[in-house]
Amino acid sequence: MITLSGVTKTFGKNRVLRGVDLTIPSGQSMVIIGGSGTGKSVLLKCILGLVQHDTGTITLDGQDVTTADRDAFLARFGMLFQGGALFDSLRVWENVAFRLMRGPTKRPKAEARDIAIEKLRRVGLKPETADLFPAELSGGMQKRVGLARAIAASPEIIFFDEPTTGLDPIMAGVINDLIREIVTEMGATAMTITHDMSSVRAIADRVAMLHDGLIQWTGPIADLDTTTDPYVQQFIHGRATGPIAAVR
Amino acid sequence: MTALTAPLAAIGRPVLAALAAIGRVALFAASVIGHIFRPPFYPREFFHALMQIGWFSLPVVGLTAVFTGGALALQIYSGGARFNAEAVVPSIVAIGMVRELGPVLGGLMVAARVASSIAAEIGTMKVTEQIDALVTLSTNPIKYLAVPRVLAATLAVPVLVAVGDAIGIAGGWLVGVNRLGFNSTTYLQNTVDFLETWDVVSGIWKGAAFGFIVALMGCYHGMNSGRGAQGVGTATKSAVVGASVLILAANYILTELFFSA
Repeated sequence: MITLSGVTKTFGKNRVLRGVDLTIPSGQSMVIIGGSGTGKSVLLKCILGLVQHDTGTITLDGQDVTTADRDAFLARFGMLFQGGALFDSLRVWENVAFRLMRGPTKRPKAEARDIAIEKLRRVGLKPETADLFPAELSGGMQKRVGLARAIAASPEIIFFDEPTTGLDPIMAGVINDLIREIVTEMGATAMTITHDMSSVRAIADRVAMLHDGLIQWTGPIADLDTTTDPYVQQFIHGRATGPIAAVR
Repeated sequence: MTALTAPLAAIGRPVLAALAAIGRVALFAASVIGHIFRPPFYPREFFHALMQIGWFSLPVVGLTAVFTGGALALQIYSGGARFNAEAVVPSIVAIGMVRELGPVLGGLMVAARVASSIAAEIGTMKVTEQIDALVTLSTNPIKYLAVPRVLAATLAVPVLVAVGDAIGIAGGWLVGVNRLGFNSTTYLQNTVDFLETWDVVSGIWKGAAFGFIVALMGCYHGMNSGRGAQGVGTATKSAVVGASVLILAANYILTELFFSA
């Protein structure tokens, strides 16, 4: 279980997170929604330690993430980045098998390649894709490779940062379905950041809305449409008028 | 702030900023050096960097050296003629190339080619979140990206300098024999007779220092790149400017250390 309590983060004069309190139960898929620039990605990076939060505590299964053994902590995570973040200089299979070929759980090259091809197949990519470079792939294929890399080492927790941004609706649907299937079959804890409502409905067990650096609302996906919270209602219906300023 | 302290503050701010920048670069350099000796090691990335920095810089360093050697021969011949010292051309070309021009011009050409390329590559990796991805994959970006490049440049540039020295001397010989009427054997004999081992070795040490500076500045500015294309562009420019200025400053300091009476 991941628990955030009173987490704040300021960049210069910009207070991005103003005291975030949030619990992500084990084995559940939590989706964080919110407008652009509301600090969703910063929140995710704070949990991973890519950005150091200023105050508050973040714990994973009761242990403070800032004092945990870094390698052991990160070994529990997989992450799909918004733009894929594939390594240009490595072939697709080497990207997918990156963690498998390094560190304490290092596998022989042939075995790592076999696992990578299996993971590529799991996300709907043919084995021939394995020897291509990321620049030779379409945006949707890059996203799938990123997903294969995120699940390659069978992590307990998977983060998805805007998994469908920049994809056409059909490809976005494919990615959403893949995420849902993989999270369910792996029994992983998932945290997804998105402002794509079709992703929310496809992926989420629970939803939290981040607004103005605070968790404005949180609840099960079934309650999303019936909540009376004006922020959530404005956001999910895409209204220009309401408590959230249209121009930020 | 009073009218009296405002000018002091205006001077102090950039001075403090410059000192902070020097401190950050020094800490980064210490971190890179510390990681060189601690596993894990990345031999594949090291050999890739060795090829990119060493082998592929050979043409530009060679061309720079051959034209510099030729021009140097012409200049020394022309200048030496004022006091009937044309015969010193072979020895001065050789000493000038191996002590100064080989390492400095070689270092500057590598700075232009390699520091920019490293900064642009790592800067792009930063803005496309590839460096964050490395961290989430339990890989230290300094160890994986900076150490192989810095090590490769520190080892490759001295070799480039040595090759550049030889090509530069050959450029001087070509001009000396074909344009200035020197006898080929005498020219080469004079070159060998007046050149001391320390002349060559000092230039190679300079090459190692310049290689370290070039890769360090490329990696530092790349990893601290700002957002977007403009951020990467600025990082690239800063890497080349920083490396070039540091090479010239280091050259003076090393020359003082090696040759001051």
